[in-house]
Amino acid sequence: MKTTKLLMSAAVVATLFLASCAPKDADIETAVKAKEASEISVAVAKGEVTLTGEVADDAAKAKAEVIAKAEKGVKSVVNNITVKPAVAVVPVVIAEDATLVKNVADATKDFPTVKTAIKDGVVTLTGTINKTSLIKLMQQLSALKPKKIDNQLIVK
Amino acid sequence: MALEDKYKALTDAATAAGISDLAVREQDGILYVDGTAADGATKDKLWDIYNQIDPNFASGDLVLNVNVAVDAAVTHAKVITDSSNLNIRKGPGTDQPIVGKAAHDEVITLVNRSNDLWWLVRTNDGEEGYCYAQYLEPQA
Repeated sequence: MKTTKLLMSAAVVATLFLASCAPKDADIETAVKAKEASEISVAVAKGEVTLTGEVADDAAKAKAEVIAKAEKGVKSVVNNITVKPAVAVVPVVIAEDATLVKNVADATKDFPTVKTAIKDGVVTLTGTINKTSLIKLMQQLSALKPKKIDNQLIVK
Repeated sequence: MALEDKYKALTDAATAAGISDLAVREQDGILYVDGTAADGATKDKLWDIYNQIDPNFASGDLVLNVNVAVDAAVTHAKVITDSSNLNIRKGPGTDQPIVGKAAHDEVITLVNRSNDLWWLVRTNDGEEGYCYAQYLEPQA
């Protein structure tokens, strides 16, 4: 019985001790930093965590706040994280058939075994070619902004 | 997004190689990859990877348009035909009359590169006209 009493009082003392000794700002900062993504900066003052930095999307911003709030000793979180603006997608440019016809004729002039047909931006290749020439030809044609290169060439 | 997965090794390599203005997008079942490589070796490396993923480029589901950056200060280029002379034409196109020839391996003067495919050049003999840029290698 004595032992139980002793243990109980020890538990009470421990609880009081822990409650009165909340984690220090520096410790909170270290703990939160360890859990956050590397691009997020963490500052703590009197239990108030301020998050800064730039992340890819809103979800990452929200997640960072959840992580900080879950940390023991954190009273509040100021979320100053910014979200990277979406990169404008460069539209695919496809050349007009008239331009393609001319440029494909120029590009294939030195490949006499290759026949070409162009329709709605699709360059169709037929005939035969050797492997080395094929790469050269494909490189040249790809620079002409075709919609597609339909390569039916027989590689020798 | 399936095409982006298929060509992931290629786009990863392009990113790793520092291809500038790299743009990767899928449209109507075709993946378009555009960008500018620092040198010809980088471009050739990407084409090797393309050839590994899609042997002989038979699938027709990728348009790989990676050009080689040319320093604006470059004034001369070497003729890199297989062995033959390079035609110099009056205007930019094979339908234009031939006004001169540059020898294989000859280094000629670049006058204007405003047209990506046809560069305005001048030979050492003073002949001026357009050559197909694919057969010219800018000299540093």
